[in-house]
Amino acid sequence: MSKYMLIMRGTDESNAAMMATIDEAMAETGRFIEQMMGAGVLVAAEGLDDPGRGVVVDFGGETPVVTDGPYGETRELFGGYFLLDVATKQEAVEWAKRFPAVRGSKIEVRRVAEADEVPFSNESKGRN
Amino acid sequence: MGTADVETIWRVESARIVAALTRFTGDFGLAEDAAQEAVAEALVSWRRASPANPAGWLMATARRRAIDAIRRRVALHDRYALLAAEPAVDKDVDLDRIDDDVLALMFVSCHPVLAPAARVALTLRVVGGLTSEEIARALLVPVPTVQARITRAKKTIAAAAVPFELPPADERRDRLGGVLSVLYVIFTEGSTATSGDRLVRPDVAYEAIRLTRTLAALQPDEPEVYGLLALCELTAARFPARTGPDGSPVLLADQDRRLWDPAAIRRGVAALARASTRGLGPYGLQAAIAASHAAAPSVEETDWDRIVVLYEALGWTAPSPVVELNRAVAVAMASGPAPALAIVDELIAANRLPGSHVVPTVRGELLTRLGRRTEARTELELAARLCANQRERAVLLGKAAALS
Repeated sequence: MSKYMLIMRGTDESNAAMMATIDEAMAETGRFIEQMMGAGVLVAAEGLDDPGRGVVVDFGGETPVVTDGPYGETRELFGGYFLLDVATKQEAVEWAKRFPAVRGSKIEVRRVAEADEVPFSNESKGRN
Repeated sequence: MGTADVETIWRVESARIVAALTRFTGDFGLAEDAAQEAVAEALVSWRRASPANPAGWLMATARRRAIDAIRRRVALHDRYALLAAEPAVDKDVDLDRIDDDVLALMFVSCHPVLAPAARVALTLRVVGGLTSEEIARALLVPVPTVQARITRAKKTIAAAAVPFELPPADERRDRLGGVLSVLYVIFTEGSTATSGDRLVRPDVAYEAIRLTRTLAALQPDEPEVYGLLALCELTAARFPARTGPDGSPVLLADQDRRLWDPAAIRRGVAALARASTRGLGPYGLQAAIAASHAAAPSVEETDWDRIVVLYEALGWTAPSPVVELNRAVAVAMASGPAPALAIVDELIAANRLPGSHVVPTVRGELLTRLGRRTEARTELELAARLCANQRERAVLLGKAAALS
């Protein structure tokens, strides 16, 4: 078993589409969360505030540069996450497919590295 | 879609499918058989063409198989004719209703008419969605044993005419305790394997945590469910530190606490807070003890007085010789080995834990601390003879040898 993070990635268009029917989206997401809780797999979930109210700290130069949101050319924005405790990567993907998403958005599925492994080492590549 | 896809969907959907089918047919054994047939069909059929809605496909197929079985079993009877005439699949199943059915499924799987081993196997199968092979691996028993336990369990439930419903209010608390103890048995099988060559099997413990989380979602107002969840999380938090590189057990005192999983501790402490609303029950008390360890930077800085008090409370709410033995260990830390030895000797005099390797293990440790080396060695050798876990046995023999 492993923990996986389902990372919600929306575009300006998909975020706008979601905001247009936000009550429905919230209700559907609530049902999705209830299903994951009922299956005993949900560990944590958070949604992020409007990217317009965030900032980016950019380390591209000598000193960090702080840029106000919504970050101009960025195509996809991290909007929130679900943290799942599941037996296999496939199970995490299966849950991701069930997310009541709006067209154009994406979910990235990433395994949480365990404390006893060095992330991205050869050893961890083959694990699912 | 291949085998892994079928297994994944089954794992996610099995409890809901079996629950809905049991509600539909009123026959738990039949529902489970029909669901298994649907899985077997999926393994063949999905390879050729993937269904658009795999979960719906499994549900529809299982329902058809259930109807077939009923047709075969009974010459047309009004009730069954009615069922068979209405083959539409519940596309809009009421989620709240299904959740109640999953809860009913847990109560049936852990029903007191079943032998304890059967409850464990059945719960892993129908609620956890594990295959017989996976259950056999989890319990370290042969596959045919698991299959026989499940078959027998289904017959027992049918023979006893166990109704598919939530237990009546006056039995609810007791029956919930029964479910919790099955989940705890599964957890302990993972946290301290009773046999085999590995001490900790996190995958087995994980199944118990998952099922307990499910139960917590279904029974959010039951503090002891959160007590058990807290206990499991806080115990599992120590798994990374509990075995050395060679797989040998590392005792609490010797564990590198930096390896404890801080996220699991945080979840455990949060669950413990939810368990504390009406005074702690036995699982909550054990979780509180685990939380005391989790909060301590070292053995020396552990609040042993508090742990002794928690064990005393545990001894009142759930008296058991194992609790007494643990209390003795805590007393040894809080007040020294002599008063602890008195508790252990009382246990032995009353012969309350016959055949357990833990009693001589603890007695051996206490005698070692008291400097009574020869007696200590005898006790540790006795403990090694009684211990079924190879890793633990090796440690005991090592300690005994160090005393000669």
